[in-house]
Amino acid sequence: MINITINGAVLSVEKGTTILEAAQFLGFPIPTLCHMAGLTPYGACRLCVVEIGEGSRAKLVSSCTYPCEEGMKIRTSTARVVKARKMVIELLLASCPQSKTIQDLASTYDVRQQRFKQEWETCIMCGRCVRMCHEQMTGNALGYHGRGETRTIGTPFNIKSEECRLCGGCIYVCPACQLRCTYTDKEQAICNGCVNLSLPCVEKDKFKEMMCYMDPCVACEISGTHYSNL
Amino acid sequence: MCDTTVLRIVEKHKSDGDGIISILEDIQSKYSYLPESALKTVAEQTGKSLVDIYGVATFYRFFSLKPKGKHLINCCLGTACHVRGGQTIADEFEKKLKIKPGDTTIDKEFTFETVNCLGACALGPVTVVDGHYFSKVKTTIVKQILDEAKKGLDSIKVEGDKRIFPVEVSCTKCNHTLMDNEVIIDDFPSIRLTIAFKDKHGSLRLSGMYGSYNIVSEYEIPEEAIANFFCPHCNAEMKSPTICPECGEYMIPLMLKGGGIVQVCPRRGCKGHLLDLF
Repeated sequence: MINITINGAVLSVEKGTTILEAAQFLGFPIPTLCHMAGLTPYGACRLCVVEIGEGSRAKLVSSCTYPCEEGMKIRTSTARVVKARKMVIELLLASCPQSKTIQDLASTYDVRQQRFKQEWETCIMCGRCVRMCHEQMTGNALGYHGRGETRTIGTPFNIKSEECRLCGGCIYVCPACQLRCTYTDKEQAICNGCVNLSLPCVEKDKFKEMMCYMDPCVACEISGTHYSNL
Repeated sequence: MCDTTVLRIVEKHKSDGDGIISILEDIQSKYSYLPESALKTVAEQTGKSLVDIYGVATFYRFFSLKPKGKHLINCCLGTACHVRGGQTIADEFEKKLKIKPGDTTIDKEFTFETVNCLGACALGPVTVVDGHYFSKVKTTIVKQILDEAKKGLDSIKVEGDKRIFPVEVSCTKCNHTLMDNEVIIDDFPSIRLTIAFKDKHGSLRLSGMYGSYNIVSEYEIPEEAIANFFCPHCNAEMKSPTICPECGEYMIPLMLKGGGIVQVCPRRGCKGHLLDLF
């Protein structure tokens, strides 16, 4: 067991526990975007920064990827941490302002302005969908293309991957795009895109296990194969 | 698309731990770009997922997913080349070729690209055409470079190149000379051999220059095809127990006049050869 201190509270955790897990166990709120229980930590969004070390050796680290060390003193909401978090939120707002998740974060952390060049992206490159596809759905359909400024997420050659089973898991975990249709009414449906999809459950025989995140699924309900119709 | 080529490239890299980058490099040098089917084959053979292979292929600027032209022009726009007017050189190429950087001309002759540094800053502005470096380029010689490239910068220049020299060879079985004064390749008598592949039978002439890969053949031999070679005088098959260091095929031995054996690979397009001097 490793003894650590979070905001003055003493805690002993097992070896390999991340700072984020320890802080969440004690109930200290740390905002996250790219982190998701069940997926490997990625450390892309930097929202979960906390301060460790003392005096001049104090530094900011991403809590989702940093494992606890013996005698570590962690501070989750010092002025320095809050300032860094606000900057991250401001940058996220600059690239992806239409995301409900990011707007909520901005209002929670009282970010009232955005001083950078405004872009209208639909992706914050948090990699949740890539990890979801690979780790939970054993899909390997999504990946990163290119690098630097032009880095994007997508399927090879940007066409439907043979490995994609249309489970909708990538849309389900996305914190930014909110593309998931939540209405089954034709008038209220946001995109109607799901009507054009082939039914995931029809392809059940093609894949070993059919796992579906498209619930409620318009295609499913219209065709009458949804469990509520059975 | 020849699938076996890709398979052989993957097989070649099996020993060094499935290096994806080296596999893709070899495929690119073969086809000048990375075809979709080749990436799929690589993914299948190495057991890695297609997204990972595609990710690597798009990450590095060296790899191209679009077919390239016959000649590749790289114009350096690094800091040193930039201050010496690299941008005006690039603009001149754009104007002359009527394409933007990264594009290929409609006749598939030239692909024009810019690079951020070639590491030859003292020679700037630098332009590389088909692996040949042009230093201190001026806008006035851009046209000259393009004309030279069209003619082919890889054509054999005998004068001044010590690695290229004429050889005189004979059959290892009957010791009869194989030189043919009637057909001249690269300004020297050629080497006459009889070949057979599939149901075809005819004669083929190799360049008498060591280091040149030019041939004259009665039939069009497809790339990668392996033909059987015979001596035109004693009709014995020419096959040595040595295997080609490049592709692993049994090689053709030719006796050198001054003493020694030169061995060449029978596979069309393979440049494997060995030289043993006694």
